[in-house]
Amino acid sequence: MDPKEMKARMQIPKQPMGEQDPKERVRNFYEVPLGFTPEAAIEEAKRCIQCKKPLCVGGCPVNIDIPWFIELIAEGKFLDAAKKLKETNGLPAVCGRVCPQEDQCEKVCIIGKKNDPVSIGRLERFAADYEREHGEVTIPELAHSTGKKVAVVGGGPAGLTVAGDMVKKGHTVKVFEALHVAGGVLMYGIPEFRLPKNIVKAEVEYLSRMGVEIELNSVVGKLDTVDELMADGYDAVFVGTGAGLPYFMNIPGEHLVGVYSANEYLTRVNLMRAYEFPGHDTPVLRGKKVAVFGAGNTAMDAARTALRLCPEEVSIVYRRSREEMPAREEEIHHGGQEGLNFQLLTAPKKFLGDDDGRLHGVECVKMELGEPDESGRRRPIEIKGSEFVLDIDVAIISIGNGANPLVQQTTPDMKTNKWGNITIDPDTGRTSKKGVFSGGDIVRGGATVILAMGDARRAANSMHDYLTTGEW
Amino acid sequence: MYEITEKIELSHGVYQYKVRAPQIAKKRKAGQFIILRMNEAGERIPLTIVGSDEETVTIIFQEVGKSTNILGSLGVGDHILDVVGPLGMPTHIENFGTAVCIGGGIGTAPVLPIAEALKAAGNTVHSIIGARTKDLLILEKEMEAASDKLYITTDDGSYGHHGFVTQILQKFIDDGCAPDFVLGVGPVPMMRAVAEVSRPHKILTMVSLNPIMVDGTGMCGACRVTIDGEIKFVCVDGPEFDGHLVDFGELINRNRSYLKEEKMAVEELTYHEGEKCYERSPS
Repeated sequence: MDPKEMKARMQIPKQPMGEQDPKERVRNFYEVPLGFTPEAAIEEAKRCIQCKKPLCVGGCPVNIDIPWFIELIAEGKFLDAAKKLKETNGLPAVCGRVCPQEDQCEKVCIIGKKNDPVSIGRLERFAADYEREHGEVTIPELAHSTGKKVAVVGGGPAGLTVAGDMVKKGHTVKVFEALHVAGGVLMYGIPEFRLPKNIVKAEVEYLSRMGVEIELNSVVGKLDTVDELMADGYDAVFVGTGAGLPYFMNIPGEHLVGVYSANEYLTRVNLMRAYEFPGHDTPVLRGKKVAVFGAGNTAMDAARTALRLCPEEVSIVYRRSREEMPAREEEIHHGGQEGLNFQLLTAPKKFLGDDDGRLHGVECVKMELGEPDESGRRRPIEIKGSEFVLDIDVAIISIGNGANPLVQQTTPDMKTNKWGNITIDPDTGRTSKKGVFSGGDIVRGGATVILAMGDARRAANSMHDYLTTGEW
Repeated sequence: MYEITEKIELSHGVYQYKVRAPQIAKKRKAGQFIILRMNEAGERIPLTIVGSDEETVTIIFQEVGKSTNILGSLGVGDHILDVVGPLGMPTHIENFGTAVCIGGGIGTAPVLPIAEALKAAGNTVHSIIGARTKDLLILEKEMEAASDKLYITTDDGSYGHHGFVTQILQKFIDDGCAPDFVLGVGPVPMMRAVAEVSRPHKILTMVSLNPIMVDGTGMCGACRVTIDGEIKFVCVDGPEFDGHLVDFGELINRNRSYLKEEKMAVEELTYHEGEKCYERSPS
């Protein structure tokens, strides 16, 4: 790029993206950001100066060729851009929405040193949406059939990525999904207003069109074991069973009616569509005053979902301060706009119930921050005598998950750590069991969609090596 | 889609179905359950697997809410949208010596496969099945075949012993014939009463818990119960637990979480015209 053009490009301001008005959107489940118009996308894409050694590619867990696809958008070749994305990322419409780009590609963008970084995530989303909305999703060329069969356990972000990669490499792939729809956390966890379910369905449909077979209602570990799959003719298995049973706080009153885990609350609303009850059969207690305990992305999802179910007040109760909140800044910002009440430096002591065993409040205590602890964050310390009662009738606990035990229980020769998560070689995704690979939350214990996809990409590459060389 | 291949009405509003699910039929063991969903708007409901043959699994259910009412309205040749299983841990079966198997109401259905397995393992099996009234008693013949001796109770005295299943168990103990193992499945208050009868005599007593579930595969935590002061998840750790360690009061309470919503759902199903009750203003 000649210096003159580079200079001109660096003058272009960051393009705004429209959003639903906060007052409107808390009354619906439609998506909050509206996406770029083609004009805005081209303008934003022109902000990329096409670095010779692009740092953004290294910042992406699946190493998307970011400058290339962005340049295609700048040239108005939107379908080509989408095609380029799909060479390295099977789920661009998803990643463009839910990746923490500010900590990955956009964090290292050179433009971001002096200015706002290029909106890589929004451009990714734009290209993928454009392709889908124009009904021109093309199937990439598949390698010649290798005659090898791959079983993928779990149809979430990790499993779908492995399935897409392996089918492109010429293997026969079958995904075993425990629930009645594929998509995993993209379907049951992330709310409609952040990731519309028809997008997930379209991505799954795309895999099916490439030849991936998806068997729903199929719980590996209970129906077939990993050993039985291998005896059945599968040459390699990927275990991507995702997040498991939720942690609770072990404080009194956690069994009162009205106390949910974030997993249960979100599953009821997203997967089972409790927000349409009684049109859909699964109910959820809407409550008048809701408190969410925890401050990660799942907590923000739960809190913003609760806001849409019409209670009077939704609070985030977190024992540290805003700075330590692990959720993405964008989520905290959106939640704030929508009217979330942040009860920071506050810790719950016990839940209070009425005679019918239904929740009516939580006793909390105020905290202050002391010296940094082993995590590097300042340790919260109780302020004696600062106890108070917060009136709530729904509580949502969002403090993380353990490991789902079903595959491990029936695969004794596959090593796990002391928490029950599967142990892998991080470079190859190999487990201790020959022919079996793993990645995503069942290994990490609770991370992001894109990290699960990065694990899956590495596992698929080394699975392909294993299947073609036979070397373990 | 999973086809219903046989339908028998066992008593008023209580049905036995065979559902074609060959893979589940091959794998299932006594004590395990399935989750089914009737249609796209349906909820996921757990039901114990009562038996199986090569092609089908047998379930028994009572019409109590919207989903079970829709299920009950189906016939042979109709299909259930989703069936997933076998879920939960199988019953631990061994030769305890003498086992007493107690089924209350619809709870007799899950007891049957366990009684059969206990018998096959060499136990002397005495069974007690009870119901409110004679017409609601199910599986009498099958339980008789699975047991060395079968005792029947009805709350109203219309058949068998006039009284409760716990009274028969108490009598065994009082007569010096305390069993080595007790299994009790039925309404939660019945299971609690059974556990209270056997507790002073330290007889191992297993109960099968029936909390509200959503995914049923160890993800959501809806089915959490307190066992000996610790959180357990019925879908992956259960459904059977040592009855002397279960916090039954908590389970009864949690099972009442959605009473109002369940009524609304049933009304949604049976509604014909006019306002639904929950739409009416509370004048």
